[in-house]
Amino acid sequence: MSQQDPVERASEDEEPLHFEQASWQTSEETYEPLLSEKGTSEVTVESPLPDDLTRDSVELPEVEEPELARHYTRLSEMNYGVESGPFPLGSCTMKYNPKFTEDLAARPDASVHPDRSEQASQGTLQVLHELQGYLADIGGMDAVTLQPPAGAAGEFTGILIAKAYHEANGDDRSEVIVPESAHGTNFASAAMAGYDVVSLPSDENGRVDTEALDAALSEETAALMLTNPNTLGLFERDIEEIADMVHDVGGLLYYDGANLNALLGRARPGDMGFDVMHYNVHKTFATPHGGGGPGAGPVGVVEELREFLPDPHIREEGDTYERYTPERTIGKVHGYDGNWLVLLKAHAYITRLGDSGLTDASAKAVLNANYLAEQIDYEIPFGPFHHEFVASAGEQDAADAAKRMLDFGVHPPTTKWPEIVPEALMTEPTEIESKRTLDQLAAAFDAAKSSSGETLADAPNRTAVGRIDQTEAARNPRLSWQALDE
Amino acid sequence: MSGRSASGSPYAPHTDAETAAMLDAIGVSDEEALFDIPDAVRFDGSFDIPARSEQAARAEVAATLGRNDDLVEFLGRGHYDHYVPSVVDHLSDRSEFITSYTQYQPEVAQGFLQALFEFQSMLVELTGLGLANCSMYDAATALGEAATLAARLRSVSGTRVLVPDLLHDGRRSVLENYVTGTDLAVETYPTDDANVDSETLRESVDESVAMVYAENPTVRGTVEENLDTVGTLADDHDALFTLGTDIVALGVLEEPASVGADVVVGDGSALGLPSAYGFGLGLFACRDDREFLRQVPGRLVGASEDDTGRRAYTLTLQTREQHIRRERATSNICSNQAWVALRTAMHAAYLGPDGLVELANDCVRRAQETAARLDALSGVQAPVHDRHHFREFVAQVDQPAETVASDLESEGYAVHAVDDHEVQVCVTETNEPALDGFIEAFAEVTR
Repeated sequence: MSQQDPVERASEDEEPLHFEQASWQTSEETYEPLLSEKGTSEVTVESPLPDDLTRDSVELPEVEEPELARHYTRLSEMNYGVESGPFPLGSCTMKYNPKFTEDLAARPDASVHPDRSEQASQGTLQVLHELQGYLADIGGMDAVTLQPPAGAAGEFTGILIAKAYHEANGDDRSEVIVPESAHGTNFASAAMAGYDVVSLPSDENGRVDTEALDAALSEETAALMLTNPNTLGLFERDIEEIADMVHDVGGLLYYDGANLNALLGRARPGDMGFDVMHYNVHKTFATPHGGGGPGAGPVGVVEELREFLPDPHIREEGDTYERYTPERTIGKVHGYDGNWLVLLKAHAYITRLGDSGLTDASAKAVLNANYLAEQIDYEIPFGPFHHEFVASAGEQDAADAAKRMLDFGVHPPTTKWPEIVPEALMTEPTEIESKRTLDQLAAAFDAAKSSSGETLADAPNRTAVGRIDQTEAARNPRLSWQALDE
Repeated sequence: MSGRSASGSPYAPHTDAETAAMLDAIGVSDEEALFDIPDAVRFDGSFDIPARSEQAARAEVAATLGRNDDLVEFLGRGHYDHYVPSVVDHLSDRSEFITSYTQYQPEVAQGFLQALFEFQSMLVELTGLGLANCSMYDAATALGEAATLAARLRSVSGTRVLVPDLLHDGRRSVLENYVTGTDLAVETYPTDDANVDSETLRESVDESVAMVYAENPTVRGTVEENLDTVGTLADDHDALFTLGTDIVALGVLEEPASVGADVVVGDGSALGLPSAYGFGLGLFACRDDREFLRQVPGRLVGASEDDTGRRAYTLTLQTREQHIRRERATSNICSNQAWVALRTAMHAAYLGPDGLVELANDCVRRAQETAARLDALSGVQAPVHDRHHFREFVAQVDQPAETVASDLESEGYAVHAVDDHEVQVCVTETNEPALDGFIEAFAEVTR
């Protein structure tokens, strides 16, 4: 990385950024042609099957391996990942993804079929069983299922468990309460499970408004879904009171694990009164997010809810591991046992760090967020925050500020959410950044803050493409290369 | 590393001096002072997980994995093992791809967006449908999403979802969970010799049906011969026809659009991933009429232009999604399987049209030839179904199927026991080299 100040470097406007690659521009229209533009061929299908059971022809790209390698290498160079530079995307916990976990996932004995016998799958089942145990301890839960393939799938699973629990008690409840500032998935997952969603406003300090909660709670409340620390990075200090309030009406308390990286080794959802929770292993436990997925969203529950866990759950009997069907299982939320290779990487990460590493990860994540916040000029209305903070771009459009930051070779924060902060810049540097990188990041924030309206509107200028017309993309949807000719 | 405390996270780069300087800048004495956690909920315990060096951690997890028996698997039933070319591993593992996030800043994510756009395009080609999203978790959840799509599009006309009696238990169970928040009810229709029983289906499809689901190939490996009938029945009664398939089968089996499919779901990881304990990729394609465009679940990559008029890609039509539409979103999906879709696209592009057709034809040929070889053994009849097969087939055995499967496992081979006297066998290029030994062992254990 250049020693030069990033602001100075950007102002000189000469060295192309890693993902800019202007030298490859092959035409006015595009940097790297589509595979279809490199050449396709259409072949007539001749098959051992009767003609009426086959298609007539197939048309696909026709590219030899060296050209294919160059194609994807060029595409990768127009993409920004954690190893490209700082990635302080709030709520997403973009940590470094340790390489050795990839090597473990690439082992042939990690790739077995889910339908082989338990006896022949002891290695896989042991990894899963150990991970169930690790996560239960970390979350203060009594049992954990690894089946949900993403955080949102974990939410859906957790709410289905809550529903099954209430129904088993002969209790038909209709509502799930979700704070206004929660992740959109909370609302959608509760609705998928058949609940009416009751939205809960924040108080003036950015936390749960307990008076509003009291008004929202009733015999209809199946669950309250909370993140703690919340999306502003604030710890819900009244969590015990909140738990009592929810439990007093017979509801369950659900923990969204998106922000668990703030608490490792210092506080556990189970100890705060949460009954059911999901973990985002692609956040807290450093599995790579793969450009949108795969993740994994294990769900932890207290003892009373164990019998409702998805089928199968894994247990140890003597010195062997086996699958069993929990007595009152909700059934399945994934065709098999979830995103196995992701779970394997999470297991390896936890094994590597242990107590001391996990505890230090949270300490450094919180240290980094607080240090970065000290260095930037944007106002941060709420605190004290933990692993992330939400700054306000003030009079600027937060999306513009973010585009401007791209010109300094850093990834910007999450923008315009949560809405409680006007023009929000939700920032989570994670523990992996050094002081020096945080200083560079701060310089990029400050450069955006001091940019003129004209400069902001024009940004970014040093990326593979300039500002993209989102309205045109939605108004005239062209979702395949076939549609480009229309 | 000098100046770093030995007990910390190996991926946090702070020296003790830097930590001190940062604490000083914040104005606190130590890290613990930054945690605003009431004493009553502070955790003072331990997880009892020792920290390990990378070498030790890697060796330990590898040793655990080593407890998986070294078997040649002849297993399928919805989760398949095809040879994944090395180029797919090396390119998809480039850190710019695998360590990136959802493309919320498209100007620095053009590479992944273009790759996903290409993935969508290949699915459009293979299904004949106009619209494909850039992934679901797996085939089972994609089926669940198809049902909720049917509920949104066809709730006025019907609430019944018809699925074959042979449907894989996992898919059925996931489907039942996905329709929890809808008025839909899942019902079974019978199959005849592992194909759709057209006559019975005709009797049960009426205006109360929202969706009919069929698979090709079926879970028993048979090629479905009655798709036209399903398509016509669904169309006549204003129900959606959802077809389940996989990315390799799409290479030669009937084009879904040509048999009237409105939605295609299934497994994409047959290309791009090895058999990875059920870790997969959900395919989702559908018609591109306006109503589908507004209601389709999952992320979509679209082409647009940048401010200089150059082509550029971006996530689009996001007002359908949970982060904007919340409880009225078309799905709760956020993280998907984008990286697997990238791998699947790479593998499909590597094969090209000739390679894909050849691979699919090999699936037909291998199933046929292997069934014939087993059929020649005494006490074995294969295939059980008088149908064409794709990649796998069911064989009848005189002994209890569980015994045959267990005896084969002792010989180093895995098959499915699917009924009292039925085993299922799946053959691809990855287990074909062991085929002679497998047939020999099969003869031995069924003798």
